[in-house]
Amino acid sequence: MTRRLGLVLPILLIIGWEIAAIIVNNPFYLPKLETVIPVLLSPFSDILGTGSLVDNALVSIERVVLGFALAAAVAIPLGIGMGRFAVLNDFFDVTLELFRPVPPLAWVPLALAWFKIGIVSIVFIIFIGAIFPILLNTVDGVRGVKNTWIEVGTTLGAGERQILTKVILPGAAPTIWTGLRVGFGISWMCVVAAEILPGPTSGLGYLIMYAYNLGQINVIIAGIIVIGLIGLAIDQGFKAVEKRWFGWRGLER
Amino acid sequence: MTLVLSEVSRTFSSEKAETIEALSPISLSVNNEEFICILGPSGCGKTTLLRIIAGLEYASSGSISVDGAPITRPSPKMAMIFQEYSLFPWRTVEENVALGLELRGLKKPDRVAAAEKYLDLVGLKGFEERYPHELSGGMRQRVAVARALAIEPSILLMDEPFGALDAQTRNRMQHELLHIWEKTKKTILFVTHSVDEAVFLADRIVVLTHRPGRIKEIVTIPATRPRERTSEDFGQIRRHLLDMIREESDPAQ
Repeated sequence: MTRRLGLVLPILLIIGWEIAAIIVNNPFYLPKLETVIPVLLSPFSDILGTGSLVDNALVSIERVVLGFALAAAVAIPLGIGMGRFAVLNDFFDVTLELFRPVPPLAWVPLALAWFKIGIVSIVFIIFIGAIFPILLNTVDGVRGVKNTWIEVGTTLGAGERQILTKVILPGAAPTIWTGLRVGFGISWMCVVAAEILPGPTSGLGYLIMYAYNLGQINVIIAGIIVIGLIGLAIDQGFKAVEKRWFGWRGLER
Repeated sequence: MTLVLSEVSRTFSSEKAETIEALSPISLSVNNEEFICILGPSGCGKTTLLRIIAGLEYASSGSISVDGAPITRPSPKMAMIFQEYSLFPWRTVEENVALGLELRGLKKPDRVAAAEKYLDLVGLKGFEERYPHELSGGMRQRVAVARALAIEPSILLMDEPFGALDAQTRNRMQHELLHIWEKTKKTILFVTHSVDEAVFLADRIVVLTHRPGRIKEIVTIPATRPRERTSEDFGQIRRHLLDMIREESDPAQ
């Protein structure tokens, strides 16, 4: 019932949009539904010579996965170290806190200066965007592992390595997963934003900016819908894993 | 198996760099298959003493040995049962019980067989696939007992294991613990602040003084079992113990 209730507003918005589009009657401001839907319904056909929706989406996803995977590969081990050893935390904490408030997009000029226009710059921006939520959640997750669990492992004969693999990692996993989920969301925002900036010649961000230059508002709206749907689908995937594997969180007894 | 504590003491240093004596030198010899209760007012260091024996904390001076071999870190001859929150919520009951064997590298079929055997002993046959949060407090402590027994230690260290349970469950767990003790022939060191619990369970009760904890008296309980909680003899012992505990209680509390 609540789900159905949630669908009412989108339907009203679509109806309102169509009415407004008819009244405005200018496709350069507000295109009609019937000009957007065909774009969405033929995701494999070329748009404005930039490749299809699917092609561009795959390019964006590839960039996100690369930057996100790099961020996770750095943030998770570092976060475990910082969560477990106060010395490491004290060493890194101040520096990280200095960099954390800088918006990922503020790095764009520097990224272009260092890595030139291309995939490396975009992956770098995504990396910056994703690393902090993953890192902070990993640190939190490791600190949240109950001391009794570690002592149980110790008294049952676990060495430092087993404590890590059998106690700390599974104990911190739900919180680390939350960090990955948040990090992926930010990555997705970063990739679209980075693709809108000058330089790239592919990706969903590039597609909607290019469509703007050609006055194809219907393509912009179709692109935004696709960007939203992909983000939603990935987030639902993260949530499903959370429910399946980490349902125990909050039920510690 | 004999467990010998000789002149075990522990001091902490406070933030003002004062040294606080938690345990005055304690010497005690525990016989094979004996059930010892360590009884004392809160803050007497009884848990600290147990944790030193378990190898989770160090002694500032003195030594602990099992059959002449000194103990300085967690030993496979001992298993610890904590007050609560000690089960891993991400593992099933069976996986929790098998934890110690898994850490020792036993193959899965052997682990499963051992887990089933000890779950049967604690009366939890059929609960193998459940998760800790699906169990009652008493059942969770049974799992903790099974997990400790599964590594086949000769000594069980129990730190107020029934302290968080309601009175009825607690009484039942005491009965069952005696039953398990008779069946498995373990030596048990059981920390409690409940005079009633100590009188019901122990062969000998070691009464500690208020901080710094030292042995005030060792009370031997007549060997008859099962004990009638309301009988005249035990009433006298209980009164004697209660008087001692009252003298030792911190007047500030």
